[in-house]
Amino acid sequence: MNPPSGVSLRPVSWQRRFTDWTVTFLSASSVVLVLAPLVAIFGYLVYRGIGSLNWDFFTKAPKPVGELGGGMGNAIVGSIQILSIASLVGVPAGVGAGVYLAEYGRNRLGDVIRFTADVLNGVPSIIIGIVAYSIVVLRQKHFSALAGGAALAIMMIPTICRTTEEMLLLVPQTIREAAYGLGVSQWRTTLSVTLRSASAGIITGIMLAFARVAGETAPLLFTAFGNQFWNFNMNQPTAALPLQIYVYALSPYDEWHRLAWAGALVLVILIVIAVSMVRIAASRGMMRGAR
Amino acid sequence: MTRTRFHQGLDELHERLLKMGGMAEQAIDRACQAYAERDLTRCQMVLDNETAINVAERDIDELAFDLLAMQQPMAVDLRFILAVIKINADLERVGDQAVNIVQRVMDMVELPPAELPVDIPRMAAAVSTMVRRALEAFVEGKVELAQAVLEMDHVVDRMRDGAFIKLVQTMNEKPDVTRQALDALLVARNLERVADHATNIAEDVIFWVRGADVRHNVENDNRRPSLAPNENEAKSAASPDKQ
Amino acid sequence: MGVGIQVEKLNAWFGKTQALYDINMTVQANHATAVIGPSGCGKSTFVRCLNRMHETVPQATVQGSVRIGEMNVYNGTAAVDIRRRIGMVFQKPNPFPSMSVYDNVAAGLKLNGFSDRRRLDEIVERSLQNAALWDEVKDTMKKKSGASLSGGQQQRLCIARALAVEPEVVLMDEPCSALDPISTSKIEDLIFQLKERFTIVIVTHNMQQAARVAEFTGFFLLGKLIEFDKTEKIFTKPSDKRTEDYITGRFG
Repeated sequence: MNPPSGVSLRPVSWQRRFTDWTVTFLSASSVVLVLAPLVAIFGYLVYRGIGSLNWDFFTKAPKPVGELGGGMGNAIVGSIQILSIASLVGVPAGVGAGVYLAEYGRNRLGDVIRFTADVLNGVPSIIIGIVAYSIVVLRQKHFSALAGGAALAIMMIPTICRTTEEMLLLVPQTIREAAYGLGVSQWRTTLSVTLRSASAGIITGIMLAFARVAGETAPLLFTAFGNQFWNFNMNQPTAALPLQIYVYALSPYDEWHRLAWAGALVLVILIVIAVSMVRIAASRGMMRGAR
Repeated sequence: MTRTRFHQGLDELHERLLKMGGMAEQAIDRACQAYAERDLTRCQMVLDNETAINVAERDIDELAFDLLAMQQPMAVDLRFILAVIKINADLERVGDQAVNIVQRVMDMVELPPAELPVDIPRMAAAVSTMVRRALEAFVEGKVELAQAVLEMDHVVDRMRDGAFIKLVQTMNEKPDVTRQALDALLVARNLERVADHATNIAEDVIFWVRGADVRHNVENDNRRPSLAPNENEAKSAASPDKQ
Repeated sequence: MGVGIQVEKLNAWFGKTQALYDINMTVQANHATAVIGPSGCGKSTFVRCLNRMHETVPQATVQGSVRIGEMNVYNGTAAVDIRRRIGMVFQKPNPFPSMSVYDNVAAGLKLNGFSDRRRLDEIVERSLQNAALWDEVKDTMKKKSGASLSGGQQQRLCIARALAVEPEVVLMDEPCSALDPISTSKIEDLIFQLKERFTIVIVTHNMQQAARVAEFTGFFLLGKLIEFDKTEKIFTKPSDKRTEDYITGRFG
C-alpha cells in the first residue's frame, strides 16, 4: 500500500527498536524468573526423592524409629481422606456462597459477606487450625480426620466463594433474561444456565483452592495430628502427607529425611495429577455440551 | 431538522412543477387570445414552447422517481410526490390541448370569419381561471382553493353542453359556415378538457394535503341536463369517453 | 392459536422515574403489531411489561392492567407462568452458550421439567422448521454449540427456542437490529408465517420494517402512546402531527 502523497514514512528509529527489544527481553526474563524456582524446586525434589520411591513407599506405614524401610502409604491415604472431607464441605459451601453473592447479594448483607470472606482469606492457617481445634477437637476430646477436614474446608471456602461470584458476574445478563423469558424460575436459571455458563471459571477457582490446602501443614497440627499407623476411621487421628513430611524433616534420623524428600515429591506430583484430571474432565464435559 | 438533502429535493420538485404550471398556463392563455384575435404569431409561440413543456415533464418525473427510490418518503411527503407526478401529467396534457386549440385557430384564420352564437372567449376565461386557481391551490396547499376549482367544473361543463347544442343547430341551419362552426365546437371541447385537467390537479392537491381521495366523487360528477335524443347522439359522436 | 392482548392504564417506573404513562392498547390476535418510536420513548419497556420482564430490573414497578386472552398478567398468576405463555426474542441473539443447538431449543421445556425424550425430538424438529433453521442444523444440532452459529442463525435459534414452549404470544424486541439484510428478510418472512398461529408484538426502530411486517402500529413518544392504528394509515395519513414528524424523519 502506498503512503499518501506528501507523507514520507521514515524507517523505524533505532530508539524505538531498542525499546521494543528491551521490553520483550524483560517480559521473557520475567517468565524465566517465575518459572525458574518452580523448575528448580521440582528438579531438586526429583533429585532427592526419586531414589526412595518404591512399592513399599506407597503401600507401607512407617517403621518404628531406627528401622530401615517403611513408607508413607498411610499418609497418602490420610491426605486423600482429609482432602475429600474438606472438599465435600468446602466446595458446596463456597459455591453456594458465591451464587448467593452474585445472584441475590447486591446489597449490604452481601457486602458484609464479601468483606468477611476476604478477611478470612488472609487469616494465618495456624490460627484456623487452632479454631478448628477448639470447635471440633475439644468437643470430641480427640484428634480426627474430620477436624482436619473442617480446618481445610474453612480455608477453601473464601477462595471458592469469591471466584464463583466473579465468574457468575461475568455471565452476561442477556443469558439470564433469555431463561426468564422462557418462564424458568430464578433458582433454576441460576442452577442450570448461569452456573453452567460459568463452570469453567468456577472449576478453576475450586482447583486453586484445592491445590492451596493440599499442601497445608499448620492447620493439621492440632486437628488431624498425624498417625504412624494405618487408619481408615475418620474419627481418629490421621496421618497426612504434609504433616508427615514436617515431622520427618525435623527429626534427626537420616532414614526419615530420605522418606521426607520422597514424600514431598509425591505430594507435588499428586497435586499436579489431581488438577490435570479435573481440567480434562471439565473440558471433555464442556465440549459435549449437552447434559 | 434532519434529512436536508431530501427536503431540498422536495423543494426542487415544488419549484419545477410551478415553472411547468406557469408554462402550461401561459400556453392556454396564448391559445385563447390567438382564437379571440385570430393571431397567427401567438399560435407560433404556443407551438414553439410545446417542446419545453414536454422536456419539463420528463425532468419532473425523473426527480420524483429518484426521490421515491432513494429517500423512502412516508405519509405527507409520499402523498406530495405522488400528487406532483399526477399534476405533472395533467399539465403536460394542458399544453397539448393548447396546441390543439392553436391548430384549430390556424385552420379558422384561413376561412372568412363567421357569426357564431357561442361565446368561446368567455369559456376560455373561465377555464383559464380554473387552471390558475388550481396552481394557486398547489402553491399554497389550500384545500378551499382546490374545492373552488371543483365547483367551477360544473359551470364549464354546462357551457360546453350549451355550445354543442347551439353549434349543431347552426350547422344544420347555415351549412356554409359548417367548417367554422366545427372549429369552434372542437375548441370548446378542448377547453372543456383543460377544465377537466384543472379539476384533476385540484383533486390531487386535496389528496396531498388531506390524504383524502376525492376522485369520482358522486357529488362532484356532472349532472347532465336532459337532452333530446338526436342531440344526445350528436354529442356522443362528437365527444368520445370523458377522460 | 394466538390470543389478543388488552392493555389498560399501564404505568411503569424505574425507581422514581416514570417510563410509561397511562398506556391503553388492544393487540389483535393472530396479527402482528409494531411498536415504533425514537430512542428512550418507552417501547421496549412497554413490551417487557407484557410478560413481566420489567420486574426483573431492581426497583422497577408497574401499575395498571394487562390481559392476555382471559389471563390477567398482573393479578394472581405467577410471573413464571405468564412467561411460559409468552415468548420473547431479544435484540441481541442470546443462545445459551454452554448448550448445543438441540438443547437450546429444548431448554424451555427441559428446564421446566419436561422430559419425554421422543416428544422432545418432535418438538425440537418442529420448532426448528417453524423458525426456518431445520435444514441448516439438522445434522449437527446435537454437537454444535448454540454460540457457534452465525448471527442470523442464532436469532432464528432463539426464535425456535421461544416457539418450542408453544406460547400464544411472541414478543420481539428489535429482533433484526443486529443482523444483515438477508437474515433480516428471512426473519421478516418468518414473522409473516408465524402470524397465523401466534400473536406477535414487534418493537422496531426501522419504520420500513414495521410497514412491511405489521398490520397495526403504535407510535410511542416520551412514554406515551401517541397514536395506534392500522399500519397503512399511520404511514400514509397519520392523524397526529408528532407521528407524522417522526415517520417523515423530521426528528428522531
